[in-house]
This record gives sequence, C-alpha cells and structure tokens, in this order.
Amino acid sequence: MKYICVLFVSLLMIAGCSKPHHGRDLSGEQSLQIKGSDTIVNLVQKWAEEYAKEYPGVVIGVTGGGSGTGFAALLNKTCDIAMSSRAIEDKEKIQAAQNGVSPQQFIIGLDGLAVVVNPENVVKNLTMDDLRDIFMAAKTNWKDFGGADSKIVILSRESNSGTHMFFKEHVLKRGNKKGPEEFSPSSLLMPSSQAIADETSQNPHAIGYVGMGYLGATLKSIAVARNGTAAFVEPTVDTVLSNTYPISRPLYLYTNGTPGGAIKDFIDYGLSAKGQKIVRDTDFVPIVH
Amino acid sequence: MKSKKILDTVIEKIIFCCGILAIVFVVLIFGFLLKESFSFFKDYGIINFVTGKLWYPTSAPPRFGILSLMAGSFFVTLGAAAVAIPLGVMAALYIAEVAPVSIRDFLKSGVELLAAIPSVVIGFIGMVTLVPLVRTVFDLPTGLTAFAGSIMLGFMALPTIVSISEDAIRAVPWNYKEGALALGATRWQTMYRIVLPAALPGIIAAVMLGLGRVIGETMAVMMITGNAAQIPAGIFEPVRTMTATIAAEMGETVKGSMHYRSLFSIGVILFMITFCINFIADLFLHRMKR
Repeated sequence: MKYICVLFVSLLMIAGCSKPHHGRDLSGEQSLQIKGSDTIVNLVQKWAEEYAKEYPGVVIGVTGGGSGTGFAALLNKTCDIAMSSRAIEDKEKIQAAQNGVSPQQFIIGLDGLAVVVNPENVVKNLTMDDLRDIFMAAKTNWKDFGGADSKIVILSRESNSGTHMFFKEHVLKRGNKKGPEEFSPSSLLMPSSQAIADETSQNPHAIGYVGMGYLGATLKSIAVARNGTAAFVEPTVDTVLSNTYPISRPLYLYTNGTPGGAIKDFIDYGLSAKGQKIVRDTDFVPIVH
Repeated sequence: MKSKKILDTVIEKIIFCCGILAIVFVVLIFGFLLKESFSFFKDYGIINFVTGKLWYPTSAPPRFGILSLMAGSFFVTLGAAAVAIPLGVMAALYIAEVAPVSIRDFLKSGVELLAAIPSVVIGFIGMVTLVPLVRTVFDLPTGLTAFAGSIMLGFMALPTIVSISEDAIRAVPWNYKEGALALGATRWQTMYRIVLPAALPGIIAAVMLGLGRVIGETMAVMMITGNAAQIPAGIFEPVRTMTATIAAEMGETVKGSMHYRSLFSIGVILFMITFCINFIADLFLHRMKR
C-alpha cells in the first residue's frame, strides 16, 4: 500500500514536469555526479549514455559502491543524485538534517532479488524459512535441502550494500527491523554483486543473492516459496510485478531538495518511456508502461 | 659573493623543510587517527573493542569487536611469512653467493620487477587462478581462504625480503668466508654455518620489513581472503583482515558517526602494530651496521 502511494506521487511528478527544458540552463557545460547502489549502477550508466546523446552539454559521472555509500555522499554533498536499492533510514534522515540536506525520493523501477547457486547444484526450490536457516548458518549442509553432502558456502554483500540490508530485513528479520537476526559470521562478504556472481558460477557449494540484472547462464536462480504451503516462484519480471515472488523491492534515486535543471531533466528522462525501456532491457521491472 | 651565500642558506633551509616534512606528516596522521579514535574508545570502551568477537557495524545495536579481524590479519601474515621467508632467504643466498654475475643481475632486476606489480593486479590474478585451484586441490568448500591470501601476499613480501637479505649477506666480510674455506669447510657448510649467522640481524630486519608490507596490504587480501569476520579454525578458512575492513566500509560511513570513528580506531591499532614491526626491524638494521 505504501509503495502504491509513493508510486502514485512519483507518477504525478512525472505528469507535472515531463517536458524537458532546452536552452538556457543547459547551454554551458554541466556535470552531474551520481553515486550509490551497485545493483542499479549499470542501469543508470545506460541512462547516462543515452541521455548524453540527447543533451550533449551535460557530463554525467556514475559510480557504484553501495547504497550506503550513495547516501553518505549525498549527505556529505559530494554527489548530486544518490542511487539506492533501499529507502533512506531514519538514522540517515537525522544525519541529513544535521548536514542541511533534505533528501527527495524517486522510485525508478522494481527489482527481484534472486537467490543463486551454481548450475551443478541440484537444489531447485527453497522456502523463506530455508533461506533464513541457510544464511544464519542454522543448517550448514546441502543434504538438508536435498542436495549433495557438502558444506554450504554463504556469500553475502558488504554491510554498506542496500542489497545486504534488504535481504537481512526481508529474509532474516521478516520486516521486524529490531529483530536480533544477523548473517552468520562465517558468511563471506563480497565487495560487489559481480563478485558474488563470479564465485557462485565457479563454486558448486556456494549460495548468494544478486539483483535480477545479474542473472545469466552461469548462475541458477532458486524458486522461492513464501511459506511451507505456498507455491515456489521463480524471479521473473512478471512474478515481481504481480508480487507473487517474495523477495522484491523498489529501486530509488535521491536528490538534495526538489531538483531543478539538469538533475530534474535526467530523472525525468529515466522515468520517460525511453528510460523505462532501458529499465526493462537491463532486466529490472519498469514502473511506467 | 654575498648573493651566493644567501642562495646557499635558502637552499639549505628548503632541503631542511623537505627532510622534516616526512616526520611532520607522520605526527599529523597519528594525531588525526588518535583524535577520531579517542572519542570512540570513550563511547564504546577499548576492552570491548579489542576483545569483542562480533563485527556488525551497521546493525542495531552495532557491535564493534575486532578480535576476529585481528585474528584474520594474524593468520594471513603468519601464512605469508611461511611462504616468503624460506623462499626469500634462499633466493637471496643464491643471488649473493652462488649465482654467476650475469644471472645475478638478471635475477635482481626480476625480483625488483615483482615489487612493481600493483597489488590489485596480484589480487585479480589470485582471484581467477589461485582461488579455484586451492578449492579443487584441497577439496575445500571455497577457495577464498587465508591460505590463498597468504600465498599471494608471500609473493608481495618477496622483493623486500630478497633485496635486503641479499645486501646483508653481501656485507659479511670476505675473511670470514676465507677462514671457513681454509679450514676445509664445503661451500654449503660455509654458507650455512658462517654466512647466514653473520648476516642474521640483516635478514631479520628484511623479514620484518617484508611482513610490515604484508600486514598493511589491502587490495589483494580484500579480493581473495573471503572477508568473513570470524575467528578462523585454521589456515583453510575465510578470514577478514583489519585493512580490508577499513577499505570496504570507509565509503559508506557518514563523517563523525560511530562507525566512521571505529574504522579510525582500527587504523590506530594497525598503526601501532606496523610501528612495532618497523621498530624491531630498525633495531636489527642498526645492529648489523655496527
């Protein structure tokens, strides 16, 4: 319900200001710094390339590092737009107020977080409870889930990653933010989603989670069931849109205050039909059709 | 005449400033580290920090225990020492005592070239070649282990160990060796019984400086040790080092937050460890000179 509200508001925003200005404010060389989530860095990079073709006067720098990194940069005023795969936290809002920053939120698409294993692994289906047991190391052998008799290697992202936070809150804590659940200390913290994909594709014992944009032939995604009686659902654009896939989330851009000029034009471009087509092309789920 | 003198004093002053600048920087850096970490120690407690086993900096409530991180650094360094010391000292012995002049020059420049490889390249090569190999050869759940990190870091410590050990071995006076050979000792006996003990202080200094580089190394370990913040049961487990923690998490922290200051506190601990290592190395280097 909350998401629908936010969606509606952001749709209104697009409707209200979808006409990009040409001329004055874009005549000089302008530069935009965009920083944050590794999950959507490829998508925003693609937007930036296409955008630069239409507005050659604007230079856009896009760097990853994780959602936390993006918020830290927005709060330290070293970037114009922060990319994030999670909503801003209360703690960060307070810090923003202290630094004189007022974060403004835009939803740009949806993402299904895929749980991935090596294609050699015979395990196909897991419930949300199974996933919690695996990532908290309550069960540490693949044979408990019908796989080979071998130790499970847990791959997680660094704690600055929005993917890490989302997975922890959604799968381990089940939305109870104050819950005591944590990733097992034995989980390997990988520096990027690509590193998780690489290690999973060559290690038959590994399990990890990545954004749907990273799925490919070298990875096998697990079908996940909400509980013991529900059906197992593969992460696809349709299952995320219909909300039958249990691990999905909105993707955000944040600016400091209501944006104007090139920042506004860029976000408008991302939410336009062309921008949303790129969302789909990079294996995320568009919010505007 | 007078202008020449003025020029002389001016240049002398400039050179003095350059010389003193290094020390000024060290003092400033240490002061900055201390300032950030002091308030953290006051809030969290230095005992909790050093003896805590759990590192969950972004949880609520956050936990900042670096025992497992220190254990990670310790394991990787120990493993790297086991790789680099025998290899490095033997190589130095060969270059200084056995190799003919043509091979010696070739080997020396080769070893120096090893020092020129950026650590991210070493990390990348380790990630794509060594890590899968370690997993299959030792039949481990994952190849991202302290062992893989140790091997790669051992290679990074080699240039320092080889070149300083070689200097130390060459500095052993000729008459020692002549005396031993005249008494009927073989070449190997001379090397093993006379040259090595005489050069030992220099070799220890070389090892210490090499290990100083290993413990401070960041990029390569972050890529190949797995980064699991646990106290490892052995060398074939994933570990997370102090340096990798600082590098991986620094970007996310908001200036002045508890997490930010905790990373500076890790920096202080690391600084103290490397300072001790360099200090010991210095002691031995001075002893060798005397």
